[in-house]
Amino acid sequence: MQVMVAMSGGVDSSVAAALLRDEGHDVVGVTLKLWGGESDSGCCSVSDVDDARRVAQQLDIDHLVFNFSEDFERDVVDPYVADHARGITPNPCIECNRHLKFDRLMDRAEALGFDMVATGHHAQIVRTSAGNPRLTRGADFAKDQSYVLHMLTAAQLERVMLPIGGMTKDEVRERATVLGLRTAGKPDSQDVCFISHTGGGRRVFLGNRIEMHPARLVDETGTQLGSVDAVELVTIGQRRGLGIGIDGRPRYALDVDVPSRTVLVGAPEDLDVTGEVLNSFTWVDESARAESLVSTSIAAQASAHGETIAVRSLCETEAGLDVTWEVPTRRVAPGQSIVLYDNGLVVGGGLVSRR
Amino acid sequence: MRPEAIEAMLPFLSDRFANPSGAHRFARDARRAVDDAREELAALVGVEAGDVVFTSGGTESDNLAIFGLGVGDGVPVCSAVEHHAVLDPVEALGGRVVGVDRFGVIDPAELRRVLHEGPVRVVSLMTVNNETGVISDLESLAKVVRTSAPTAVLHSDAVQAFCWTDIAAACSVVDSFSFSAHKFGGPKGVGALVVRSGVPLTARQLGGGQERERRSGTQNVPGIVAMVTAARLAAEDRAADIARIGDLRDQLLDGLLAALPGSVETAGPDRSHRAAGIAHLCISGVESEALLFLLERGEVSASAASSCASGALQSSHVLAAMGIESDLARGSLRLSLGWSSTQADVDEALAVIPPAVERLRKFGI
Repeated sequence: MQVMVAMSGGVDSSVAAALLRDEGHDVVGVTLKLWGGESDSGCCSVSDVDDARRVAQQLDIDHLVFNFSEDFERDVVDPYVADHARGITPNPCIECNRHLKFDRLMDRAEALGFDMVATGHHAQIVRTSAGNPRLTRGADFAKDQSYVLHMLTAAQLERVMLPIGGMTKDEVRERATVLGLRTAGKPDSQDVCFISHTGGGRRVFLGNRIEMHPARLVDETGTQLGSVDAVELVTIGQRRGLGIGIDGRPRYALDVDVPSRTVLVGAPEDLDVTGEVLNSFTWVDESARAESLVSTSIAAQASAHGETIAVRSLCETEAGLDVTWEVPTRRVAPGQSIVLYDNGLVVGGGLVSRR
Repeated sequence: MRPEAIEAMLPFLSDRFANPSGAHRFARDARRAVDDAREELAALVGVEAGDVVFTSGGTESDNLAIFGLGVGDGVPVCSAVEHHAVLDPVEALGGRVVGVDRFGVIDPAELRRVLHEGPVRVVSLMTVNNETGVISDLESLAKVVRTSAPTAVLHSDAVQAFCWTDIAAACSVVDSFSFSAHKFGGPKGVGALVVRSGVPLTARQLGGGQERERRSGTQNVPGIVAMVTAARLAAEDRAADIARIGDLRDQLLDGLLAALPGSVETAGPDRSHRAAGIAHLCISGVESEALLFLLERGEVSASAASSCASGALQSSHVLAAMGIESDLARGSLRLSLGWSSTQADVDEALAVIPPAVERLRKFGI
């Protein structure tokens, strides 16, 4: 088959390309230029492109760079900034997968005549007894990335390959070492790729794009307890920078209201809720939807490597998908994704609504 | 590379390997080769031998020109469609930029206006544009420079010009011009800056004092010898090449424009002031990045805009300066022809490109 493999310059996608080549596929490596203009930093830096290209040369496969920076700015960075301005905490890696890797890149691969798109994600594609494709966790649970790939529909899964999903990270590195790939010992990428941590991090990045506003910290009676210098940087559930309560316990952000510049703070147990409402929900396919709504074995995950949360029930309402937890659970910040699994298979996911 | 140029450089990679700056017999042999080359090249481009400064290529020549030519406090001025080798030094020095019209032609009135904005040390206006192939009317532009900024030095980036214009005539009105061997069948990594005698030039690269202290560094003897061989052949073949390749270019452009509704000839329908070896068009409804991939699979290698450090295509500043809408600019395609291009190449391109465009249009990208 003709396979376009997305190569970030990291070890996982390097080995993914090597495995596909060894299976006899006609493989072309592609690195996406997403961000960075003249002075690259982060996950799409010039040195990462160099690594991807050198690995491709070593594997004797063709390598291209696609410039999707306009799309990235429009579909990932601009919404990231706009969400913060209204007190929402987005996950840009998920939006990048949704709009760039599994939309833009897949469309282009198809137009260019490729059968499949492959990536180096730690997740696996399996089939149900009815033959429907489903995403499941990577063999290396600690590195599992099924959460950030939850938006893949069954139709997309038919055209995606995840060659290293069945390997542990150690096995991937070992394979890269055996192949003599220069990326064998490269550290995992971390954090948001378009934000430079040496350049002041999120505060400076957002501060250059939107106006930041100081906010009052108040308790449930409305009494002011303190202040923060940027309401746009406060995330629900956050503890850092909010001080200590009179009982000596740390305070948590319970709610953020940007228009009135107010952050409601309280004790950690005040964060517990009985459920969440999800919008922009993507089901893998119609059968996943139908089965999940009546399933008793649904579990949820609210962050990339978070613990699973048992779900009591799902209910479709006008507001979105209503998820009720088995036991009260700490609130998830609006804009974050919650992914639903049924017996370990991803059935869908959506964005947490504002209350 | 032209085979004769390869042949010419080989002895200087082996038996005649010496450094021309040395004091011994072998050095004098290499020195003679460089002197001969300088004299021949000077004659080919219509200048004195002493005016030729050998460099590592077009970018070095242009940087030396923008940073080093002229005296006084004035800033550099250049056109908006210059190569980055000119544009970036001009911007780095706080210089000013002159706009172009819809067809990429430098506007004399705009040039006059920009020159009058403040003191100018050096003006750089390219001979032939590398993306669109537009040939500048240097004679008219030079008149504007001489009257509006009489103390400024006038430089021209002639890197793209050697095969397509009589460079001696085209550049007779400028004080300085640059070229690069690989654009006319020579090797990469060698070029020259021509600076007419009496024109002030401050060296950028200091050291052994080579090139009359205008550019220190041991000369690239094999490259220089090969460059001059290629230059001689390109000059000999020029008239015939322009006619033959111009005809191929016309077939290519006419064929593509007819086969691809929604495509436009980027620099307009009048080809009389354009380099014969460049066919540039903008095709609506496709992305060059995707198109180039399909063309390559069909054995046609083409270009779109320029590449950045990562190897990704960047949108073209030349097309932006011409005011070409982004939908059209996104589908820009530049097909280059040269002395080795044949009728069969053109036929193949005409067979491969239209179906590739249709495929991408069908997929909507």
